[in-house]
Amino acid sequence: MNQGEQKQATAIRRLAEARAGEPGALLPILHAIQDEIGYVPDTAVRIVAETLNLSRAEVHGVVTFYHFFRTKPAGKQTVYLCRAEACQSMGARALEDYARRKLNIDFHETTADGRFSLEPVYCLGNCACSPAVMVDETVYGRVTAQRLDEILK
Amino acid sequence: MATSTTVFVPVDTTARSLGADAVAAAIAAEATRRGVSVQVVRNGSRGLYWLEPLVEVVVDGTRMAYGPVAASDVVSLFDANFLSGAKHALALGPTEKIDYLARQTRLTFARVGIIDPLSLDDYRQHGGYRGLANALKMTGEQIVAAVADSGLRGRGGAAFPTGIKWKTVLGAPADQKYVVCNADEGDSGTFADRMIMESDPFVLIEGMTIGGVAVGATKGYVYIRAEYPQAIRTMRTAIETAKAAGYLGAGVQGSQYTFDLEVREAAGAYICGEETSLLESLEGKRGMVRYRPPLPAIKGLFGKPTIINNVMSLASVPVILDKGADFYKNFGSGRSRGTLTIQLTGNIKQGGLIEIAFGVPLREILYDFGGGTATGRPIRAVQSGGPLGAYMHPSQFDTLFDYEKFAAVGAMVGHGGLVVFDDTVDMAEQARFAMEFCAIESCGKCTPCRIGAVRGVEVIDRIRSGENATANLVLLRELCDTMISGSLCALGGMAPFPVMSVLNHFPEDMRARA
Ligand SMILES: Cc1cc2nc3c(=O)[nH]c(=O)nc-3n(C[C@H](O)[C@H](O)[C@H](O)COP(=O)(O)O)c2cc1C
Ligand code: SF4
Ligand code: FES
Repeated sequence: MNQGEQKQATAIRRLAEARAGEPGALLPILHAIQDEIGYVPDTAVRIVAETLNLSRAEVHGVVTFYHFFRTKPAGKQTVYLCRAEACQSMGARALEDYARRKLNIDFHETTADGRFSLEPVYCLGNCACSPAVMVDETVYGRVTAQRLDEILK
Repeated sequence: MATSTTVFVPVDTTARSLGADAVAAAIAAEATRRGVSVQVVRNGSRGLYWLEPLVEVVVDGTRMAYGPVAASDVVSLFDANFLSGAKHALALGPTEKIDYLARQTRLTFARVGIIDPLSLDDYRQHGGYRGLANALKMTGEQIVAAVADSGLRGRGGAAFPTGIKWKTVLGAPADQKYVVCNADEGDSGTFADRMIMESDPFVLIEGMTIGGVAVGATKGYVYIRAEYPQAIRTMRTAIETAKAAGYLGAGVQGSQYTFDLEVREAAGAYICGEETSLLESLEGKRGMVRYRPPLPAIKGLFGKPTIINNVMSLASVPVILDKGADFYKNFGSGRSRGTLTIQLTGNIKQGGLIEIAFGVPLREILYDFGGGTATGRPIRAVQSGGPLGAYMHPSQFDTLFDYEKFAAVGAMVGHGGLVVFDDTVDMAEQARFAMEFCAIESCGKCTPCRIGAVRGVEVIDRIRSGENATANLVLLRELCDTMISGSLCALGGMAPFPVMSVLNHFPEDMRARA
């Protein structure tokens, strides 16, 4: 283990131990890890399993079940494009094609310069002002191709 | 003494998605520049989303509306003297007189958009915590009877009577019981839960507390989808505030009851909105749907008796306990009592939140409130009740909003979401998406859902490319039947409904593309 990995492992252990006593602690711990590190690294599966007295397979199963957890580092910003019906009715399919071409990546990928990751999302609760896009935690409504250009400047 | 004018600029996610933060900043800056005293309050949204950002100015005690306001409009608003409620191109008159709002019956949403969401004083001044005060003087049986008598049915989708659920939990002896709020709101075309959490969080806290007092539960969880970061933050802050003020924790309001509340963040799985999957998730597991029985009311979270209800169901309890079961029950139609919060979305000119007594015709919502499509083209289809709901055809628009009346035409009220499409929609593509969505979100427990949905996408693709269309249409119907009869939960069991509605009402689209 190099120094960076060591530091990461220490951080993961701290986050896991801080909540280990709570009932149903696994999801809150995984969220805490992803919030701090940006993703859930492989080492986290081992450490969290040890801390919660679970098998690695159980923890791995949970990490992979939920779309929100990622196991690889993301770009500096994550762009969540809404693909659900209300946004479809206002041109989300075309916006999705545009975003892929513009960033030159598919969903679940990160741009070569590491600036943006692209994720699909099924509704942001912004359906009266579709199409909707969320960048990290900021939601945008009535997004056109031109507006997307401005947002991702 | 210089008096300060109060200006409201919504802090709701949709308002912010259209620039409300910049508007609030511009108003504060312009007031400073002109040396006028203005107090900017960030209220929730009134739900008139096509008018957001909707700015309100208090003039002689009346709130005057301006909207939709862009930051670049702020100087001209000051020039026109909007602080005295003066005329301007964006002026809408007194907010409460705007037809869209004036025609509504706001019971659950009584305070939404009016108060500062995180001000407990505002909450109490506008009728908050009166329901709990009454509940604390009643027995558990009396509270449950009030909820049952009100006729309230679950607003999360299945419309099960809330009082019956609570009665089961009340009657289940246990050392520990729970109240769980389902705030996973995964349906496209819905945001009522988000609005409550962002715009009036204390009403949900109060509703859950009443539930805890009624059935003897001392701990509650609010399970909120990860796609709602602002709702999560607002709920967490509100819970801290309520705790500090003695509304949560040991000895709720000086009573013998204890009730603690915690927010848990979901992780982007639609199936976790299904109640047993949600409970698995809260327990720290994969969100696999459970077999029933046992019911969650008997063996729910961590195997203990659990009330699990949607945000809107729980947020409707305080007004019922405040004004009485009869008050609530007197609104509505047939066996659908009280009000429904309709969320009008998609390709619609005037989208937003409409709380109205059950019994209103769908057409009135689409045209009188909605004003038709945003694109100005004819409405071709409306999906009601989320991704598992049928696409309704214009010939069905006279259906009244009522659980049974919708069911009678093969449609679903569900959580009250309406997604409108104009005549450029390709309904075969919508049918394909219903199957695609089911395939992406299936928990994987049953084959008809897990494999059937993938096959469904393939079969629709074949129909659209003109491959054995007749045989494949038969196959698609058979596949739908298999999913309906062989699925454990409504994801696999109802995903065929939108598909079949396309086959039945829009067959002209279910053929090879030119
Ligand atoms: C696939 C699926 C997704 C669901 N999603 C939600 C949801 O996001 N929110 C919700 O309140 N209920 C949802 N439900 C309904 C819940 O299973 C359950 O009926 C509800 O939480 C009960 O609360 P209520 O009686 O107050 O409606 C879903 C059901 C299914 C089958
Ligand atoms: S129908 Fe689908 S989502 Fe529901 S339990 Fe079966 S596999 Fe899981
Ligand atoms: S469908 Fe896109 S925000 Fe709801």
